[in-house]
Amino acid sequence: MASFKPTKIPVYPKLGEKVTQDTLYWKNYKAPVQIKEYGAVSNIDFSPVAPHNFAVTAFSRIHVYGPFSQEPVKTFTRFKDTAYCGRFRSDGQLLVAGCEDSVVRLFDVSGRVALRMFKGHTKAVHVTDFTSDRYQILTGSDDYTCRLWDIPNAAELSTYREHTDYIRCGVTSKLNRDLFITGSYDHTLKVFDARAEKSVMTMDHGQPVESLLLYPSEGLLVSAGGRYVKVWDLLKGGQPLVLLKNHHKTITCLALGSNGERLLSASLDRHVKVYNTTTYKVVHNFDYAAAILSLALAPDDESIVVGMTNSILSIKHRKHTEESKEMMSQQRRRPSYRVFVKGKNFVPKPDDYLVSKPVKEHLAKYDRELKKFNVSKALDASLEIWLRKKKPEITVGVIKELDRRGTLKNALAGRDEEQLSQLLHFVIGNIVDTRFAPIILTAAEMILDIYKSVIGQSALIDQQLLRLQNILESEINLEQELLEVLGMLDTMFATSVTRKEVPYSDVGRSNGLAQGEASSSRPELFRPPEIK
Amino acid sequence: MVEQAEIRVVHQGGSNITFREPAISSDSRFLLCASGHNVKVFSTVTEECVQELRGHADLVTGVLLRPSNHLQAYSCSADGTVRLWDFTDGILIKTYVIGYPICSIYASASHDGVIFIATPTKGYKTLDSLQLLAVHLPQTAGQLVETSDLSAVLSDVSANPATVAFGRAGEYVASTNGVQLQIFFFKKQKSFRFSLKENSCSGRSNTFTCVACHPTDDCIATGHEDGKIRLWRNFDQKREYTYRTLHWHHSTVRALCFTPEGSNLLSGGVESVLVQWRYQQESQQDFLPRLGAAITHIAVSPDGALFCTSHSDNKIVLIQSCVKVSSIIQGLVKGEAVQTDLMVDPRSKALVLNGKPGHLQFYSLQRDRLLFNLDVVQQEFIHQEGLDQFQVVMATLDGAGAWLATVEERKQETAEAELNLKLWAFDEPSQSFVLNTTVSTPHEVRITAVTFDPAARGQTSLLVSCGRDGLFKAWRLAVPAHPDDGGPSWTCDFVSAYHGLTPQRCCFSADGSLLAVGFQEVVTVWSPASWELLLTLSQPPGIIRDLCFGRLSCSKFLLGTTSSNQLCCWNLLTCSLEWSTSMEVSLLLADPLSDNMAAFCHQDGNTDLFVFKPSEPRPLFSQKAVCSGRVSRAVFAPREVALESCEESSQWLNRSQLYFLTPLMDLLTFSTRAEEERLMTASKQLVVDDSVAMTPFQLLLGKRRPHHQAAVEDPAVRPPADRPVPPGGSAAVRELLQSPAHVLPAAAALCSVFMEALLGVATETRSEPELITMENETSAGETPSDDQEMETRATRPERGLLETDSADPVLSRAQVRELRRVRKLDHSWFSSLLDS
Repeated sequence: MASFKPTKIPVYPKLGEKVTQDTLYWKNYKAPVQIKEYGAVSNIDFSPVAPHNFAVTAFSRIHVYGPFSQEPVKTFTRFKDTAYCGRFRSDGQLLVAGCEDSVVRLFDVSGRVALRMFKGHTKAVHVTDFTSDRYQILTGSDDYTCRLWDIPNAAELSTYREHTDYIRCGVTSKLNRDLFITGSYDHTLKVFDARAEKSVMTMDHGQPVESLLLYPSEGLLVSAGGRYVKVWDLLKGGQPLVLLKNHHKTITCLALGSNGERLLSASLDRHVKVYNTTTYKVVHNFDYAAAILSLALAPDDESIVVGMTNSILSIKHRKHTEESKEMMSQQRRRPSYRVFVKGKNFVPKPDDYLVSKPVKEHLAKYDRELKKFNVSKALDASLEIWLRKKKPEITVGVIKELDRRGTLKNALAGRDEEQLSQLLHFVIGNIVDTRFAPIILTAAEMILDIYKSVIGQSALIDQQLLRLQNILESEINLEQELLEVLGMLDTMFATSVTRKEVPYSDVGRSNGLAQGEASSSRPELFRPPEIK
Repeated sequence: MVEQAEIRVVHQGGSNITFREPAISSDSRFLLCASGHNVKVFSTVTEECVQELRGHADLVTGVLLRPSNHLQAYSCSADGTVRLWDFTDGILIKTYVIGYPICSIYASASHDGVIFIATPTKGYKTLDSLQLLAVHLPQTAGQLVETSDLSAVLSDVSANPATVAFGRAGEYVASTNGVQLQIFFFKKQKSFRFSLKENSCSGRSNTFTCVACHPTDDCIATGHEDGKIRLWRNFDQKREYTYRTLHWHHSTVRALCFTPEGSNLLSGGVESVLVQWRYQQESQQDFLPRLGAAITHIAVSPDGALFCTSHSDNKIVLIQSCVKVSSIIQGLVKGEAVQTDLMVDPRSKALVLNGKPGHLQFYSLQRDRLLFNLDVVQQEFIHQEGLDQFQVVMATLDGAGAWLATVEERKQETAEAELNLKLWAFDEPSQSFVLNTTVSTPHEVRITAVTFDPAARGQTSLLVSCGRDGLFKAWRLAVPAHPDDGGPSWTCDFVSAYHGLTPQRCCFSADGSLLAVGFQEVVTVWSPASWELLLTLSQPPGIIRDLCFGRLSCSKFLLGTTSSNQLCCWNLLTCSLEWSTSMEVSLLLADPLSDNMAAFCHQDGNTDLFVFKPSEPRPLFSQKAVCSGRVSRAVFAPREVALESCEESSQWLNRSQLYFLTPLMDLLTFSTRAEEERLMTASKQLVVDDSVAMTPFQLLLGKRRPHHQAAVEDPAVRPPADRPVPPGGSAAVRELLQSPAHVLPAAAALCSVFMEALLGVATETRSEPELITMENETSAGETPSDDQEMETRATRPERGLLETDSADPVLSRAQVRELRRVRKLDHSWFSSLLDS
């Protein structure tokens, strides 16, 4: 007759984002190395030459770390006050940094003392950079000026006083030695040509500009300020191309990854978002513990370095294929291919009499027990540690099936301390999961009913019950808050929906037609979970 | 009335075949079971219904093989007659008129000419007090026999026929009622009574439910409500009786049966497991689990090789020696109630409704046969009483039959109901529905209606569901954003509510441009294209119960029925009420192929049918008292071939046929006279050749039949009846061929008539050569090309001659003379016999 139908394990919608190629790529990093700095990490810069050391500017120091070192390989401490914007020259030999005391210092990477001191600014210098010919330095300061300096004789070449607020970011062109761009708190971006007296292009960002980035082709400019990232087309005279609104706090830093195919933005909202530079859609998101001030990527995305306001420097190194291969080889060897095809490719001869073997139906362990109506054993089988950890939906499915059979109480009863603790552990872990909550709540009620007489006999169980209580209380609070938010949203939506009159034909009959009032079409707030 | 003569309500099948215990013929080839007013004879091999024994005027309450003649069977009915049938040929042999409604029938081998029947005790009309009577069947020649020789055997017999059994060679009869076992010994004329306590120590009822007697040993097995089986011995003693208790069943034992040798005891119950106990070694049991539904009867063939179990889902399972299910005879599955609407699958033209628990059944109306069951719930069914099970409460098919939506529901006292909305796509290669999307909890409370957009095709399908939570939702087939997420699936497209009222009904117009949703007293009309509320209509007071758009020329009308017994028709162009009338409409239905509507009205316990056009004031057809009780499920099934009836009253049946389910779950339909006549002629041609045994002789004859048909002389070896017989004098021959040998006169007397008839055939065929081609189908099939066809035509008359000649040499001149003589004196009495 009909065979046993195995327990139906519902397929729940996957929570969180979908697994894409990008997710896999950006998740392929090791656990971060965290280094405590002396103050908030304001800038990180990678050396353009191998081995790609990076300079970390934090408080009054600049530390230079090697690619895999946990300790700084070099430290520059000769600052009177907070240092800003330590940047390498394109040959990796020199490093320039601004300072709160308005003096710009130039260091030899191998030396200790400043090679040159550029004095002339009257306020803190937040922006320093080398021009592409390697002999000049661009600086931007809180005294609203940006200046060009000659390195060999430490002389000021030119001063531009066009900005009307602090200059907090700037970038020099890698292709043209005369071209540089600055962003200021006066909401503007200005493109300067050293050969001209004045700025050649001005763009309005709308917010105080925090960070600037030029694409390697230098046709596109990215600016970050406030909560928005804007992409400008320089070749079309500074026409805005894209506006990205993905952060909910000020964006502090921008970086390019994967040879310019991905754009990263870091923000005070503790997120780093990765955008695809062709579609400008967010493809990945990193979470950090504190507000992020600075971000940098090693060439070929070998490592992601993030500096935060709580003076922690977080370094993530990329996992390499050799290591993952090593992991693979540790996995259990499967039976060889030959075992599977054994006898499968046998072709019977024409006069052979074929005796077909009945296909053996394979049932999971819990199903075998359910088939025999061993309800407690079925529940035990579904509570095996790997099953309840890896696939809680199976455990929940079995509990649901037992409930449907009306035997859940029998299955839950009669357990010793260890089994009950296992059960409670599962309940505690999954009771707030919206997918499982209805059935686990029923089970939890039954557990409390059954075992309320033994409360107080075991310290372990009592502790778990207390935890359960705490979890439930916090969940209730959370739900309440969410309902409040929902109520607020509803009022907002209700005011935004335009009131519309129902067409009303003026028929002089009293019956037949009720005058339609305003349609109360509710916006689509509650979509039930879609399951496939 | 003219209409009633023209259009009749006919029973379309789907009647219960598991009402009473079936009987297996002694050669295990036929199965007899009571089905409504008829007895159906099924072949145990092919599962086809080979005969239907018609004649009873009321419910047949028992079928029994005649112990003295294994080719005959008794059937008893509530109309107060017992009929004796030859079931292989479907002939009524005798009718015994008892005069009281009969509840069940029994016989034993040792009581020749006596049958036992249970009838209500005199003075009581109801079935709560029955008595067992012995009826001596008089040996008179006539067909209609009055019986007067009735003697009471036992009183206080339970209405359940399983509670009476005859023991060892008919020496005693055991009967149970309540907690009492009563045994009557025929020889000693003594009866013993044993009673049990009302409840066992565990608090469950000890009531007897069934009884079986061992065929060779003095042992009675009784089944009880608490699942116990007791084996009673020494029951001819007042005090020293013993019993042994067997307990495997966890709920009521419904059926018990000993195998003919008495080596095994079979039992079955709600668990739907057939348990085979070894007699004397009761600790050994064999099980046949998962038979599908609760076992209600068990029968064993006289040779013990075949078991058959009747199930509560109108199914008979045939089992070979308790190991293998050999075949399943399935009627229209009847659950407790049909919760889904009746639907017609546009592809298979099958009726779709609730079947087994958690299943949808596809029932072919043409063949009166279950096509398949679609497992909707896909969970192991636990056979246990009082358990909340998932039930399919709603189902709907889209216009092309490509999508099926089902709603399943499980009610729980403690928590809220569990709801699932499932969408099934028709899969061409496997020709069945495949699950596409499952939406758990589509609405927070129960769903009141689901409907597909009838006009949309394929990818643009739209489904609307209404729930008690005051929302109605539109679901649309959506292609996933990522191609690696699999195929398209259904997602919620739109959610809306109207002033917090509960939507009860929704209905799409035929072209899918309007959606009407009935929110309690208010009908709202929406545009599915933009989801705008177009207008609201209301006709207070009364909650909208049914909504229906007119079709074709009447598509501007929207019809609705309300709980205050109003049938309203709104004109959507003027947004006004066109007309309304006061009648209690229980079901309103639109014919998809014409502009007719059908309304079933409940009045004075009966249901009346009105068929009308919304645009015309007069109904096209009306019939009072179609059936008793309230009709709540009906469907218009499109006909494959449209009828061309011109009478005004039956025109509405031209394009589609109206089927409806009575409260007793009988499927009825309306048929016109022309249609019936056509069916009658068709059914005469269609007699299944299953009555001839497969013997080597038959094989030999069967192959050479076309050449030897004229040479057949012995009436015992009759030519098959399905061969088309030429018209003219053929009716008599066919009657002759179909009657069994023992009711006919001697072969010597018959031979001449038979030969005469055949000779007549031969002369006719000679004049009409085309008929011969029909007869010699094999030779016509061998001539595909035209020139060969010409050739055969040239030779054909000769062949006709040959055939008749081949019969002639058998008869000598003297014999022919003899034949003529017999013919002269024969005809009159024989034809009168045939006519009677």
